[in-house]
Amino acid sequence: MGRRLILASFANEEDLIAAVRAVQDHRWDIADVYAPYAVHGLEEVLGWRRSRLPVACFLGGVTGVGFALWLQFWTTAWNWPLNVGGRPWNSLPAFVPVAFECMVLLAGFSLVFAWLFRCGLYPGKQAQLTLPGSTDDRFVLALHEPRAGDSAHAVLQVLQECGATATHERGEEEQT
Amino acid sequence: MASVSLPSQASWIAGNKTAAQVTTDICAPLERRGGGLWWLAFLLSFSLLLLGVAAVSYQLVVGIGTWGLNRSVGWAFDITNFVFWIGIGHAGTLISAILFLFRQKWRTSVNRSAEAMTIFAVMCAGTFPIIHMGRPWLCYWVIPYPNWRGPLWVNFRSPLVWDFFAIGTYFLISLTFWYVGLIPDAATLRDRLRPGWYRRAMSLLSLGWNGSYRTWRRYEIVYLLLAGLATPLVVSVHSVVSMDFAAAVLPGWHSTIFPPYFVAGAIFSGMAMVLTLMLVVRKVMHLEDYITHRHVDAMAKLVLTTSCLVGLSYTIEFFTALYVGNQYESFTFLNRAFGPLAWGFAVMVACNVLIPQLFWFRGVRHQLLAVFVICILVNVGMWMERFVIIVTSLERDFLPSTWSSYVPTLIELATLAGSFGLFFTCFLIFCRVLPVVAMAEVKGVLPRKHK
Repeated sequence: MGRRLILASFANEEDLIAAVRAVQDHRWDIADVYAPYAVHGLEEVLGWRRSRLPVACFLGGVTGVGFALWLQFWTTAWNWPLNVGGRPWNSLPAFVPVAFECMVLLAGFSLVFAWLFRCGLYPGKQAQLTLPGSTDDRFVLALHEPRAGDSAHAVLQVLQECGATATHERGEEEQT
Repeated sequence: MASVSLPSQASWIAGNKTAAQVTTDICAPLERRGGGLWWLAFLLSFSLLLLGVAAVSYQLVVGIGTWGLNRSVGWAFDITNFVFWIGIGHAGTLISAILFLFRQKWRTSVNRSAEAMTIFAVMCAGTFPIIHMGRPWLCYWVIPYPNWRGPLWVNFRSPLVWDFFAIGTYFLISLTFWYVGLIPDAATLRDRLRPGWYRRAMSLLSLGWNGSYRTWRRYEIVYLLLAGLATPLVVSVHSVVSMDFAAAVLPGWHSTIFPPYFVAGAIFSGMAMVLTLMLVVRKVMHLEDYITHRHVDAMAKLVLTTSCLVGLSYTIEFFTALYVGNQYESFTFLNRAFGPLAWGFAVMVACNVLIPQLFWFRGVRHQLLAVFVICILVNVGMWMERFVIIVTSLERDFLPSTWSSYVPTLIELATLAGSFGLFFTCFLIFCRVLPVVAMAEVKGVLPRKHK
């Protein structure tokens, strides 16, 4: 801990991607990138590990369908069987629509809550902004200060060559 | 993500906007006071809502007898309104989910308000079955929970129970989808506004979003998966609604074509409603650069496509009824076309099948007033379609001795007006407090040099 962050702001996504590539060539650590929209193509450049959120979605869906089928069978055929128009106690085909709806509901909710939990978003959280405009039209690259060898000055120089319009250094504790 | 369309169609957004301009333009209506036109529309909608509240209160005190229902027509106005409003909602999900999966970039300008429309339409729809219960304070009995009445569980073999689950899920997933898309825009707004209650509200809604790419790339996955979940969901919802009818043995209802027929009709009416709202919003909120003629053109083509699907369904339904050799079935359809409600049938065919054919002409699609009028007529026609299906089948079923006729009462008309009041009141408030265009998505589809 205690490593400082170097922030650089860019006016467009090409400059940002160029800067990311330059930083990777120097093997400096990228802490995060801040953008006003989901920049396509950046994911491949950054090479971050694939998200496992689809697993949360799948597990939610399986839980939903399993619970709905069990509940319908248990209530209709087991707990208090009622003869409705001579239909069998276990009317499995008629249980499909409710099972489907419960699957979608739980899959969607588990996905969204897993995402909010993983990203640490919650109501009342104060946003930790990096440089002004990153929710408007600015792209911000956040780097960890190099451990050894290159100085912060060298980093800033590379970033400015890539078109950084503003740079800033700050302590890690200010950053999420 | 450079634009892949032809060079002359490089951008869906007019006026060579930069990302900063997008923010300014979309936030501008939120940062100034509502104009006179907005207040006029709001007061009118709110008056209609109050009228509806008064009608429903009266009906709750006196009972369902205040409606024009009788011994054989047990469903009429309220269920028509319910199916109508649920159908309206479907276009929102089509635009937000299905067109997203098809990578239709033009959806970014309209998806936020279309999804809002979905949520408000489902709210309107939901009120009708609840007030029809007669004792709406017991509406929670449709939820299967352990109780001291047996325990008496709901009948999971009934399409009416499926409907409760379908609409409940649809509302919650649509709301979630809409809100997830709203988080980045709420953050943009939060960082622009002056301190005050509005900024605090946006801060609460934005959940501390700071544009981190770690969050963004997961957001993309969440959005894609939610779209994938919402697509079969929207098809299931109106299919289940159609089974409320198709699972009955009544001639004119007991038909296997109902699920696809209802889904096509729902998307048709919803697209017409989206187009109606968008034409007003682009004018009143000065968003002509964002909701362009090309957007109107694309949506008009969708209205035309679904109109043809609806026309095909009408034809197949009618043909089958006459061809099948069942006298009750063929009588019901001849009665629909030539019986006491023949005028309703004529309105439905004219407004849903014939008039939208004008959209084959580019000139009509580019004439905004014509598009607006046709869309209103489509909505009239689609409301009429549900009314005709429900009432003609119930008025004259198997036994001529049970035949009756149905006339709506003033209370029912006031309740319908009230649902429009609720819808437009919610929509107008939405336009004043939240960005009507998804800024983060529009910035993503700007031509590369302007980003």
